[in-house]
Amino acid sequence: MTVTEPTSRALDEIKIGGMGASRRRVEDNRFIRGKGHYVDDVVLPGMLHMEILRSPVAHARIVSIDASAAWEIPGVRLVLTGEMMATRNLAWMPTLSYDTQAVLATDKVRFQGQEVAAVIADDPYIAKDACEAIVVEYEQLPVIVNPTQSLAPDAPLIRDDKVGQVDNVCFTWQVGDQDATDRAFAEADVVSRIEMHYPRSHPSPLETCGSVADFDRATGKLTVYMTTQAPHIVRAAVALIAELPEHLIRIVSPDLGGGFGNKVPVYPGYVISILASILTERPVKWIEDRTGNLISTGFGRDVYLTGEMALRKDGRILGVRMHTDSDHGAFFGDAQPSKFKIGLLHSAFACYDIPTAHLTARGVYTNKAPGGVAYRCSFRVTEAMFFQERMVQAAADDLGMDQAEFRRLNFVRDDDFPHRTPFGFLTDSGQYAKCLQVGLDAIDYEGFLREKAEAAKNGRLLGIGISCMTEPLGAGNSREYDILGIKMFDSAELRVHMTGKAILRTGAKTQGQGHETTWAQIVAHELGIPAEDILVEEGDTDTAPFGMGTYASRSTPVAGAAIAMAARKVKAKARQLAAHLLEVSEEDVEWELGRFYVRSAPDRGVSIQECAMAAYSNMPDGLEPGLEANAYYDPPNLTWPFGCYIATVEIDPATGVWDVLRFVAVDDCGVRINPMIVEGQIMGGLTEAYAMASMQFITFDADGNCIGSNFMDYLLPTAWETPGWELHEVVTPCPHHPIGAKGVGECATVGGPAAFVNAVMDALKGHGVRNVDMPLLPDRVHEALQTRGDVSGAPPIRTDR
Amino acid sequence: MYPSRFAYEAPRTLDEAIGLLHDGAGEAKVLAGGQSLVPLMKLRFANPELLVDINNLPGLDRLETLADGTIRVGALVRHRDLERAGDVHRIQPVVGAAAPLIADPIVRTRGTLVGSLCHADPQGDWAAVVTALRGYVVAQGPGGRREIPIGDFVTGPFQNVLAHDEVAVEAVLPGPRHTVAGGFLKLERRVGDFATAGTAVAIELDGDRVTRAGIALTGVGSRTVDATGAAEALVGRALTSEAIAAAADAAAEAAQPTADHRGSAAYKKHVIHTFVTRILTRVSTTSEQAA
Ligand SMILES: Cc1cc2nc3c(=O)[nH]c(=O)nc-3n(C[C@H](O)[C@H](O)[C@H](O)COP(=O)(O)OP(=O)(O)OC[C@H]3O[C@@H](n4cnc5c(N)ncnc54)[C@H](O)[C@@H]3O)c2cc1C
Repeated sequence: MTVTEPTSRALDEIKIGGMGASRRRVEDNRFIRGKGHYVDDVVLPGMLHMEILRSPVAHARIVSIDASAAWEIPGVRLVLTGEMMATRNLAWMPTLSYDTQAVLATDKVRFQGQEVAAVIADDPYIAKDACEAIVVEYEQLPVIVNPTQSLAPDAPLIRDDKVGQVDNVCFTWQVGDQDATDRAFAEADVVSRIEMHYPRSHPSPLETCGSVADFDRATGKLTVYMTTQAPHIVRAAVALIAELPEHLIRIVSPDLGGGFGNKVPVYPGYVISILASILTERPVKWIEDRTGNLISTGFGRDVYLTGEMALRKDGRILGVRMHTDSDHGAFFGDAQPSKFKIGLLHSAFACYDIPTAHLTARGVYTNKAPGGVAYRCSFRVTEAMFFQERMVQAAADDLGMDQAEFRRLNFVRDDDFPHRTPFGFLTDSGQYAKCLQVGLDAIDYEGFLREKAEAAKNGRLLGIGISCMTEPLGAGNSREYDILGIKMFDSAELRVHMTGKAILRTGAKTQGQGHETTWAQIVAHELGIPAEDILVEEGDTDTAPFGMGTYASRSTPVAGAAIAMAARKVKAKARQLAAHLLEVSEEDVEWELGRFYVRSAPDRGVSIQECAMAAYSNMPDGLEPGLEANAYYDPPNLTWPFGCYIATVEIDPATGVWDVLRFVAVDDCGVRINPMIVEGQIMGGLTEAYAMASMQFITFDADGNCIGSNFMDYLLPTAWETPGWELHEVVTPCPHHPIGAKGVGECATVGGPAAFVNAVMDALKGHGVRNVDMPLLPDRVHEALQTRGDVSGAPPIRTDR
Repeated sequence: MYPSRFAYEAPRTLDEAIGLLHDGAGEAKVLAGGQSLVPLMKLRFANPELLVDINNLPGLDRLETLADGTIRVGALVRHRDLERAGDVHRIQPVVGAAAPLIADPIVRTRGTLVGSLCHADPQGDWAAVVTALRGYVVAQGPGGRREIPIGDFVTGPFQNVLAHDEVAVEAVLPGPRHTVAGGFLKLERRVGDFATAGTAVAIELDGDRVTRAGIALTGVGSRTVDATGAAEALVGRALTSEAIAAAADAAAEAAQPTADHRGSAAYKKHVIHTFVTRILTRVSTTSEQAA
C-alpha cells in the first residue's frame, strides 16, 4: 500500500457521531418497525411450553399435591413439583444475598404467587389448562405483611426451613461512627426527627421475564435465551447451581423490553425451564404473564426509615442517625454487592458536609415476594436519597430556615474534593451550589414564594419541593464490590476490520439505555471511526467478553471506560502501523481525530482506516497482524453525578388531588456522550419518580393478598398525567473516568420522588402535617389535611370485607 | 393471553345471533367491544364456551338524535363516537362530560356504551349517566323486543336482567322537556383508571326552577347508586346554596362505599359530596350569568 497525500485534517467529531453528538438511536430502527428480537420471538424446532402454577395463599403448609389429572391431559409432557426438583437437588437455590430461595415449594408456601408446580406441554394453552387441573391442598398459616408483625414475639416463624433460624430477622447490620454521632447529638441545639415508609414498588418492565432453554443431549451444550441484565452472572450461576460445565453453557440475552433491575436475579422459572429441557430433551419456553411478574419477581424498596438530625442553631448539620427496618419478603433475595446488607443506603448525605453519622439496619422476612432489587437505582440509593431529602426538609422547617438556604449552607464546597462522606465514601467532584442555583433561577424561586403567599390568602395550597443528591454509581471498584464473590469490573472487546469498520462487544447488556448508539460514539471519539461504522453487540456469553451486566447505572462508568481503554490499545497499535506507512519512527507520529500525521510535516498523514487496512495487508515485520484489543476495567472509584430537582404543586383541599405546576431538573453527570439519550434517560427517570410519588405501590391486605397484581391496580403513568419536564445541565467531568463521564440512568428516579413529596409537604406546612407516605394518593393527602396529622401507608391496607 | 378453549361465531344477522345465544344455553356470551370481556377471559375469570361477536350486525352502530331530543345509542356505538358527538352533547351535556373520562383513548375506540351497561361494573361510568337521565335498554330475544328501564336492567355487580338469548340492541335516553344542565365528575388515580368515586348529575330547569333531576353515583356501592333523595332535594326548587347542600348531603348519604386501596369509605362519601356541590354550583352560576 502506498502512502497517500493527506486530503483531510481532523474530523468534525459531531459529524462522525462522536462524543457530544445527539445521534439518533440506531436500535430504534428495528424497534419502531416491530423488528426487535425478544425472548418470546425465539422459536425453536420441537419447542415445548411451560406454565407455572402459583400459590393463591400467602402462608400455608402444603398438605398434598395431586397432579394426576394434569398428566391425563393430551399434550402434557411433564409436570414438575418441588418433590421432583428435590431429587435433582434443585428444590432450593441460592439467592444473590447468600440466602436460599425455593424453586418449587416443597414444605410450605411463603408468599402469594410462589411457584408450586410447573407443566410442560405442547402449547401454552394446554400447559395452562393442566395447571388448573393440579389439586393442591393447603393448610393455612398466620400471615405476616410488615416488620411490626414480623418482629412480634408470637410471630409465626416464616423460615422454618433454615437451621438455627429462631425468628424472622434475616440480618442486622450497622455502619458509621456511633460514639462520634452520640457526641454530635449531645452538642446539638436542635434535634429534628422523621419517620416514614418507602413503599414496595415494582420495576415492571413492559416485557415480563422469560426463557427458552435448549439442552442438546448430543453435544452436551445448554443454550438459554433469557431476559437477563447480566448474562455472564447467570452463566456462572447455572454452572454452580446446576453443576454443568461452564464452557458448554451459553446464555443469550436478546433484545430486552426494559429491565430496571427486575431482570438481575435468577428466578425459579429460568431454573425450571432448564431442568425441563434437560429432562424432555426438547427446547422449553417459559414466558411469565403480567401477574406472575408483578407478584413474584424482584420488587423495589419496602423500607421503614426513621432518623434524626443533630443541628446547630445557625443551621449547620452536626450528625445524623438512621435506622431502617427493611421488608425482604419470604427469601432474602436482594441483588446487591455482598459486603453490604442494605445496599448502599449509607450513601445518604454524601453531598452534605456532615462530620458524622450512624446507621443501623435490620432486615426481616415477611409473607411477601422476595427480591429487593435495585429498581432503577444503585442498590437502595433511592431510599437513601429520599430519606436524606425528606430529613433535610424537616430539619430546615424545624429551624425555620429557608430550604434552599439550608441546603446551600451544608453542601460540600466545590474546592473541598475529594470529600469523605459521613459514612466513609469518597466523592471526587461536583458543583452542588451551582446546580441548585441553576434550578432556583429556572423555577423563579423568589417569584414562586410570593405567588404561594398570595394564593394562600385565597385558601389555595401551593408548595415547592427541592431534592438534591449525589449518587454512587458504577460499582465496583473490585476491592469493595462483588456479587457472590465475583468482582465488579467490566470489559470491552474491539475488533477493527480491514476496511476500517469495526465490531465492539462488551459484558454489559443494554435494555433500553441505547448502548448500541453511545458505545459506538465512544469509539468514534477515541479513534475517529464514524459511529455508523461500528457494530455494537452484547448479551451472548459465547461471544461477549465477561462482564457483570447492566444495572446500578454502571455501564458508562465501567463498561464505557473499558471501551475507551480498548480503543486506546487499538490506537496504540494503529500508531505503529501509521509509523510504518509514513516511514517515520513512532515518536514522530502525531494524532488528530481520525488521522495520524508526521509531526514535522502535518500534510503527510494516514487515516485510521488506512492503518486498519495495513493491519491486514501491509504490516511491518515483527508486528502481529490484525487490529483488535480487549480491556478489563476496574474503576478506581464510583462516579458521583449530582442532581437537583425542583417541583411546584397545587393541592385541591377538597379532594386531596394535587397537580404538578412545574418541574425543573438540573443534572450534572459529567461529560455527556449523547445529550439526547441522557435527556431521554432523565425524562424516563422523572416519570418513574412521579409514579412512585403519586400513584404506585405494591401493597397487601391482611391475608397477604397482593394488591397490585395487574396494571389496573399497579399504575404506570401515561403521557396524559405525566408533567412536562424542564431540563438543565451542569458539567463537572469525573476526574478518574477516561472520558470524564458519570452514570446518569437512574439519577432522576432516585432524586425525583423527594421533590414531589417535599412540594406537597410544603403545601401542607402549617396544617400540622409532617409526613404522608408515598404514594401521595388523594385520599391520603386529604386525610392529612382533615386530621392535621401524618398518614402512614404501611400494609395491610384498610379494607372493608 | 391464554383463555380457556372457546368457540367463536360472527353472525351476520341479529336473528342468527339470537339463535346462537339460544343454542348456547347460557354458556355463550355476546362480544361487543371486548374491553371488559376479553380481560376477564385472559384471567380466566370468564370462561364462555362460545363467543357471539355482534360487530358484524348491521345497524347497531347507529347513534341517532330525534327531533324531541331522544338519543338512541346502538349497541356498537363506541365510547369514542359519543366523545365526538357534538349534537348529543348539546342535548345532554352530561354525556359529553363523561365520555372523555372513560378509560383511555385506546379503550374508547372499541368499548361500547351498551356493553358497559351490560357488563354492570359497579365502577362503570355509563350506567351512572344513563341512570341520571332515566334511560332504558332495548333488548331483543326469540320472543321479540322489550324495553327495560336502567334501574331494572342492572341487578347487581356484573349482573343484568337479560335472558341468556337476549341481545341489548340499544340504549335510549329520553328527550328533555326543559333546559338541560348537568355534568360528570370522576376521581381517578390516573387516566384509564376506574372511578374512586364518580357523579353524574342531569337536571332540567324551567326558568330557575328545577323540574327534573337525576343524580347517580359510581364506585361507591355494589352497583350504580341512584341518589333519588338527592334529586328530590332539588325538584321544584331553585338552585340555591341550601338546595345544593341538601342534594350533596343526600347524595353522600346514598353512597355506600367500602374502604379499599383507593380510599376510606368516609373519603369516598366526601368526594361525592364535593362533586355534587361542584357540578350544581357551576350550573347555578352559569344559569345566573345567562339570566
Ligand atoms: C384499561 C381499561 C380501562 C377502563 N376504564 C374504564 C372507565 O374508566 N370507566 C368505564 O366505565 N369503563 C372502563 N373500562 C371498561 C370499558 O368501558 C368497556 O368497554 C365496557 O365496560 C364494556 O363495553 P364493551 O363493548 O367493550 O363490552 P364487552 O367487553 O364486549 O362485553 C362486556 C360484557 O357485556 C356483554 N355484552 C356486551 N354487549 C352486549 C349486548 N349488546 N348485549 C348483551 N350483552 C352484551 C358481554 O357479553 C360481556 O359480558 C375500561 C376498560 C379497560 C380495558
